[in-house]
Amino acid sequence: MAEAMIEFQSVTKQYQGGQAAVDDLSMSIDKGSITVFVGPSGCGKTTSLRMINRMVEPTKGTITVDGKDVTSVPAAELRRSMGYVMQSSGLMPHRSVLDNIATVPRLNGVSKADARKRAEELLDVVGLASGLGKRYPSQLSGGQQQRVGVARALAADPPVLLMDEPFSAVDPVVRDELQRELLRLQRDLAKTIVFVTHDIDEATVLGDKVAVFAVGGKLAQYATPEEILRAPANEFVASFVGRDRGFRHLGFSAADGVTIRPVPTVTRGGNADGGTDVDARGNAGGWRLVVDAESRPLGWEGPGSGSDLIPGGSLFRPGDTLRRALDSALSSPSGLGVAVDGDGRVAGVIEAAEVLAVIESARRVRQDAL
Amino acid sequence: MSIFTETFEWLADPSHWAGSSGIATRLLEHLQYSGLVLVIAAAIAVPVGLYIGHTGRGRVAAVAVAGALRALPTLGLLVLFALIAGSGLMPPVWALVILTVPPLLAGTYAGISSVDETVVDAARAMGMKELQILFRVELPNGLQVMFGGIRTAVLQVIATVSVVAYLPLGGLGRYLFDGLVLQDFPRMLAGSLLIAGLAIAVDLVLATAQRLLVSPGLSTGPKGGRKAATTLTAAAPATAAVQGGSP
Repeated sequence: MAEAMIEFQSVTKQYQGGQAAVDDLSMSIDKGSITVFVGPSGCGKTTSLRMINRMVEPTKGTITVDGKDVTSVPAAELRRSMGYVMQSSGLMPHRSVLDNIATVPRLNGVSKADARKRAEELLDVVGLASGLGKRYPSQLSGGQQQRVGVARALAADPPVLLMDEPFSAVDPVVRDELQRELLRLQRDLAKTIVFVTHDIDEATVLGDKVAVFAVGGKLAQYATPEEILRAPANEFVASFVGRDRGFRHLGFSAADGVTIRPVPTVTRGGNADGGTDVDARGNAGGWRLVVDAESRPLGWEGPGSGSDLIPGGSLFRPGDTLRRALDSALSSPSGLGVAVDGDGRVAGVIEAAEVLAVIESARRVRQDAL
Repeated sequence: MSIFTETFEWLADPSHWAGSSGIATRLLEHLQYSGLVLVIAAAIAVPVGLYIGHTGRGRVAAVAVAGALRALPTLGLLVLFALIAGSGLMPPVWALVILTVPPLLAGTYAGISSVDETVVDAARAMGMKELQILFRVELPNGLQVMFGGIRTAVLQVIATVSVVAYLPLGGLGRYLFDGLVLQDFPRMLAGSLLIAGLAIAVDLVLATAQRLLVSPGLSTGPKGGRKAATTLTAAAPATAAVQGGSP
């Protein structure tokens, strides 16, 4: 049982005249883990987050951080003890990137030189080139600004990090990258992170635990992402998690049991005269996988298409999940998912039917265990 | 001889520049009156503007009062103050202060409230106290817009300070009133040109100050905020010259 870092005790927030934004919330957030608040707009997830650092004061109830009631500390001091990252980076336009990162240490009385030195280290931690430190926020891309926002939140090395939809305004490719970076950072830092999002995919990727909020500020379910996808607590959670939850749940199961079969390949540019080598092992219904000289996949040659290259689907790598395995087969023009080894060389192919067989046998095992 | 060559000759005459009623003295007087009015007006308008901009409180009242004050006729107010408070320097200065507070107040308020709310929210969430937010975040980021209001107010003061010569005090306005009485039109035109020239020179000084004081981070963005602000104030000297020529 993990130690609790943040605790909500019967917390209610009611705005003047309106209904409750947060209604009698009681929950306990584990130390050193990522807890994601997810839900539709108007469900009180952001309000709940902002009550932790007293940007919003609760109407009723208490919140404790590390055993201490948050109202026992002056608000400004409390906020400096927690990192805060928001959707729009919220960087100060008139200050350089370095000075933005150095904000909280400077407020804490650290000298300008020391604060800047720390800021330079943090640029590296969040994966930004040190040359960017002298720029102004308006000269950075959206993704870079969010990285600076994370660096600023980490500058005073706070034990708690509050993140309010920090990646929702960047494009999907950059978002993926930022999510991976956050998980990498968290492995080293082990902060207590509370992360707000409206995106259930982001919640299941990042969260050690996920709290699903329903409209009206009620906590609908609070569990591991795996459990929320497998066993939604009620109709609301099931509909919020969405139609694809069965498919998404595969993202939590390893694909160890899936057989990888040989496939006929054509090597392009392999021999001295730049011609093709054919390896006819295996049967792929007339399809042949085209690889380069290092046997990395390039695409497919179809049964009637001659030597025209047809682009391939997603690749299945060692250690990938059943979801990836199935997707590689479904996204491939030949219906065969291409499996590669750690160096990206072709290891063979997998069939959708075999992945389904593995899923089915895993389900039987679970059923028998009940 | 046209009025323009006569005006040029009037300005070129060295005897018009020296002495206790020479151009040099009048310029200095004009700057002193303007400076006094601006310092008093700023001491009232800037703190109030900062307060309203930061808290959002009293915004409606301030807009109403500022609008009403702007509608007051300059010359009428000046004469009224002189009649009530008697002769001397301060009655006309107070009258001009009343006319200068609205643009300064509006400029300060507009500057502070132009700062992106999310930036202010982030600053508060970082743990800044209210005064730190005002002076370290809102003021430096609102400075660009504030300078627009300040420059407009300064140009307006330099133009309208001419009317104190009617009371009669010194300043470049003397050439306008004396020229009118004496039907000496070259002298009047020379006075107008001097006032316009002074307004443009002061605005150039303020433009330089703006460039030095406003963080480059605010002008490097894709929005081009500085460009817009410069275009707005560049039109002001022309307006000021017109006002100065017909008090």
